Amino acid sequence: MSSRLLPFYATLAIFVLAYGVCVFQFPNMLSTRVAGNLLTDNAFLGIVAVGMTFVILSGGIDLSVGAVIGFTTVLIAVLISWYGMHPLLAFAIALAISTTFGAAMGVVIHYLDVPAFIVTLAGMFLARGMAFVITTDSIPISHEFYTALQGLYLRLPGGGRLTLIGGLMVLVFAFGIVLAHFTRFGSYVYALGGNKTSAELMGVPVARTTVGIYALSGFLAGLAGVVFSLYTSAGYSLSAVGVELDTIAAVVIGGTLLTGGVGLVAGTFVGVIIQGLIQTYIVFDGTLSSWWTKIVVGLLLFAFITLQRLLVVLSDRKRLLRNAPS
Amino acid sequence: MSRLVPGLRKAAPQFVCLAMILFFNWLAFPGFFDLRIQDGRLFGSLVDVLNRGAPVAILAVGMTAVIASKGVDLSVGAVMAMAGAVAATMTVSGHPLLVVLLSALAVGVACGLLNGLLVAVLELQPIVATLILMVAGRGIAQLITKGVIVTFNDPGLIFVGTGSFLGLPMPVILAAALAIFAVAVVRRTALGLLIESTGVNRSASTYAGINSRLLMVMIYAFSGFCAALAGVIAAADIRGADANNAGLWLELDAILAVVIGGTSLLGGRFSILMSVLGAIIIQAMNTGILTSGFPPEYNLVVKACVIIMILLAQSVSLGAAGWLPRRVPAAKSKEA
Amino acid sequence: MSNPDLLTASDIRKSFVGFKALDGVDFSVRAGEIHALLGENGAGKSTLIKVLTGVLKPDSGVIELKGSQIAVRDTLHAQQLGIGTVYQEVNLLPNLTVAENLYIGRQPKRFGLVDTRTMQKQARALLADYDIDIDVGAELSSFSVAVQQLVAIARAVDMSGSVLILDEPTASLDRHEVELLFGVLRKLRDRGLGIVFITHFLDQVYAISDRITVLRNGRLVGTRETASLPRVELVSMMLGRTLAAATGHGRRDTLPQSSRQIAFSNFGLNRSLAPFDMTIHAGEVVGIAGLLGSGRTETARLMFGIDLADAGTVTIDGKPVRIASPRDAVRLGFGLCPEDRKADGIIGDLSVRENIALALQARRGWYRRMSTRDQTELAHRFVKALDIRTTDVEKPVKLLSGGNQQKVILARWLATSPRFLILDEPTRGIDVGAHAEIIELINKLCDEGLALLVISSELEEIVAYSTRVRILRDGVHVGELVGAEISTGSIMQAIAADQGGVK
Repeated sequence: MSSRLLPFYATLAIFVLAYGVCVFQFPNMLSTRVAGNLLTDNAFLGIVAVGMTFVILSGGIDLSVGAVIGFTTVLIAVLISWYGMHPLLAFAIALAISTTFGAAMGVVIHYLDVPAFIVTLAGMFLARGMAFVITTDSIPISHEFYTALQGLYLRLPGGGRLTLIGGLMVLVFAFGIVLAHFTRFGSYVYALGGNKTSAELMGVPVARTTVGIYALSGFLAGLAGVVFSLYTSAGYSLSAVGVELDTIAAVVIGGTLLTGGVGLVAGTFVGVIIQGLIQTYIVFDGTLSSWWTKIVVGLLLFAFITLQRLLVVLSDRKRLLRNAPS
Repeated sequence: MSRLVPGLRKAAPQFVCLAMILFFNWLAFPGFFDLRIQDGRLFGSLVDVLNRGAPVAILAVGMTAVIASKGVDLSVGAVMAMAGAVAATMTVSGHPLLVVLLSALAVGVACGLLNGLLVAVLELQPIVATLILMVAGRGIAQLITKGVIVTFNDPGLIFVGTGSFLGLPMPVILAAALAIFAVAVVRRTALGLLIESTGVNRSASTYAGINSRLLMVMIYAFSGFCAALAGVIAAADIRGADANNAGLWLELDAILAVVIGGTSLLGGRFSILMSVLGAIIIQAMNTGILTSGFPPEYNLVVKACVIIMILLAQSVSLGAAGWLPRRVPAAKSKEA
Repeated sequence: MSNPDLLTASDIRKSFVGFKALDGVDFSVRAGEIHALLGENGAGKSTLIKVLTGVLKPDSGVIELKGSQIAVRDTLHAQQLGIGTVYQEVNLLPNLTVAENLYIGRQPKRFGLVDTRTMQKQARALLADYDIDIDVGAELSSFSVAVQQLVAIARAVDMSGSVLILDEPTASLDRHEVELLFGVLRKLRDRGLGIVFITHFLDQVYAISDRITVLRNGRLVGTRETASLPRVELVSMMLGRTLAAATGHGRRDTLPQSSRQIAFSNFGLNRSLAPFDMTIHAGEVVGIAGLLGSGRTETARLMFGIDLADAGTVTIDGKPVRIASPRDAVRLGFGLCPEDRKADGIIGDLSVRENIALALQARRGWYRRMSTRDQTELAHRFVKALDIRTTDVEKPVKLLSGGNQQKVILARWLATSPRFLILDEPTRGIDVGAHAEIIELINKLCDEGLALLVISSELEEIVAYSTRVRILRDGVHVGELVGAEISTGSIMQAIAADQGGVK
């Protein structure tokens, strides 16, 4: 379509290229088993990245998501293991709290007009701190319902497994795509990221949308916490440290402009899978170490941010030439 | 000297705050103010507060300049890890102390230069620009240490973190020296004026003939230098470089220290000494929570509450100045 | 012209702290007319538009739409009432598709989801009315500014439908695009819309408008039929001088022939300013006259190195120099008091002392700090010399009045002992007393041997201090008046001239 979507196409190209390289070196990687594992292993990251995509599209940022995931795992574990609650009830409570938490941050961001990064930073401290306050121990969850959920999977042709949490991530992405591109809320999110003043003048309900965006991000962070606890069968207050950075990286590598207004939810999916792919490659290789993930992700981040900046500068320059009074 | 008086008055809230925290610490732990000298070195909770607060204070010195120029540097924690990793591995492979220190600091300056170029030349938002190193930095640090905690026994390097000079711990001496040096440079030369001017109004400052681009690059480089110094101290303190945990979340503490010190996130007027005071307040809070028997985990909650209180106070004062009714914000509102 | 008034505003008053933006202005638009609203910067055009569209509340006055009184709450309310506005810059969302821009907030839905296909069909149908056939599913930013303007107009008309206000819609369009826009406007006029059109291009005013209203300093100068208003008379209405009264003469009869001179030759900037030559001698004031948008500020920015000239050379006293940045200019002894004092001039949070010392300090370099005592002394000297009214040199400069802020910026440059000062609208938004003082100061500096370039839309002012007056029109330096030729009348005539230069 336009040069603004170039980063997304670049992401796709990088993904195809990277997958090609992987398959060339390790033919085993071309299997539904690896694909299924990619989805399962990155389920929580993908789910939280959908929320982050909306936040970044609107021109904001949410640093609290990693801490909210950690808090949610602890809360669920405590509710189930200490208080004997049914997991479903625990999930509902955790999601209600995380959604309210996000909405509250949205309220502060909009009505006090404070930069999102400061507000969500306070949110990160608060959520992580609350998790610590509940307990600093890692609490195992053993509940037959959990075991049942973890055992659910769809067999893919070729022997791969689409687990419950992997499938949930795919569903969340589908939901995100619909929300972004086929609802008024979605168009408001893009409008906010494009130009807040114009959006306000054009009748976009700025307050409602801002609160909604952060509530959504909080909800999805909570859901990612649920998935994380299913994935690890435990609640630990130090889990998901630094996940906010991985998430932001996935969104940006997926082609979303960090300053907002341009990007695709589907791009974030590719961004998440690229990160997963790097990790999988490292596992297959066996000699490389895990830190290469961070370095490669950092390099990709650098490349994408610079690419986007150059595109913006170029289009500005074009417009400047056009707009020059004659 | 007459200029000191209004300065002190402006700092009153911070001093009252610190005094209250110290008072509560004393309630929780009556021996809090006790000092004793042992082997020619001061010991006591107060010294401990200063010692543990030193790395954040050092970060805050650099961060103050960055924030005064209307920026922010999220990469300092990761730069600490990198500098620590460099210092540890080089020491282990037998390089002399001076070379080790210079190399570690050079790494920090290089990181800062990269940030500065991204911000000043590519004109990226500071949060975005410094995010890159925040992500990649820890990976690079792990690459340097090969993923293990590199421990060392070089007494020279260890002295930087745990030694003492004139009865005070080395970190305190270094932090104080850096702060005094920075204040001297900033206030004895015109740098302070130029930084404040650029932070308040970059366009007008450029028109007045200030090389604001070069200035911004230098500011980020200085922040990188401070981060590297803090990283070396942190590594020397534990006699090892832990790429995963060194400096973790300290960028946030440093920003918080600057904000508590009264420098606005919107740039402009700054005070390095007040930021250092902010760092001491944070550490006194941490120590207080520890000594009063609360689990250390309460720290984060308290910090969150402090940020929220500062935000509220700022927005109330903005509201009083007629800023709050924010219908149709100015066209430039995206810059924040 | 028997059409009834569609929108009438009577006796509108609006004051901001310290000055009256609108002082009893009457204005009306008829159905089926294009009404040009003219005036220099600060005349009150935009305040009037903001009052009509509900962005600002008038202090007093009555607004009637189709005969019944209305109280506009905000822009959305104005749209609902039938008053739509299209702004020059901030109007739509460049990152959304054309269809989304047209229908955001009222997208057609199907099964609870936005029905993109129907929306795009509607958008195509809507734009077909304007003879625009584009891919409505593409991002708005992928189209030219002209198309974007038309989309904005289509949206405004579709949502509002009786009055359309266009705030400088042509400022960034080329000739062909302007024609396209005018075609659409004529069609809308024939459909019975009342159109308010703000511009500063006189050619366009005469090409399209039926009536003209001129504002000046917040007051109504008059509303006239375009067909019966000669150009020169229009310019005199805008600039506030009648030809008969315009008898002022240049202050100098002879040109000082100092050998110290700054010569710009073949200086120009792609598309915004045609290449020009200019030589300024020490001890003379070159006035720049022209309407808003004629390239006045562009000339200043180019000379000061803010924008880089495409070609051309500068020599100082015969020696070639390079000006690639404001720093270069400052080092060569140039100074600029910019048009937008707040955005580009003052450092608001810093003190009067620091603001005055800033340029001198920047030139000395960071390591040679002026001591606070020297700075204070410098500041006191200039506070006294320029009569800057402030209780204290340590006061933040943003708390000073406009005139005193301007003097602070002047002091900042005078402290550097400059050889050449560029003043862009030095008296705008300044009260009468400070106004006279600044003019006096310009004359004094000139006598002291400084070279000055002064841009102003106040003709009497230009006449009062200029030794030469450069005339600009539509980005071209079209002529120059020297010595005895200079009068408000001759300047107006030169600005209004249809073709070619004066001389």
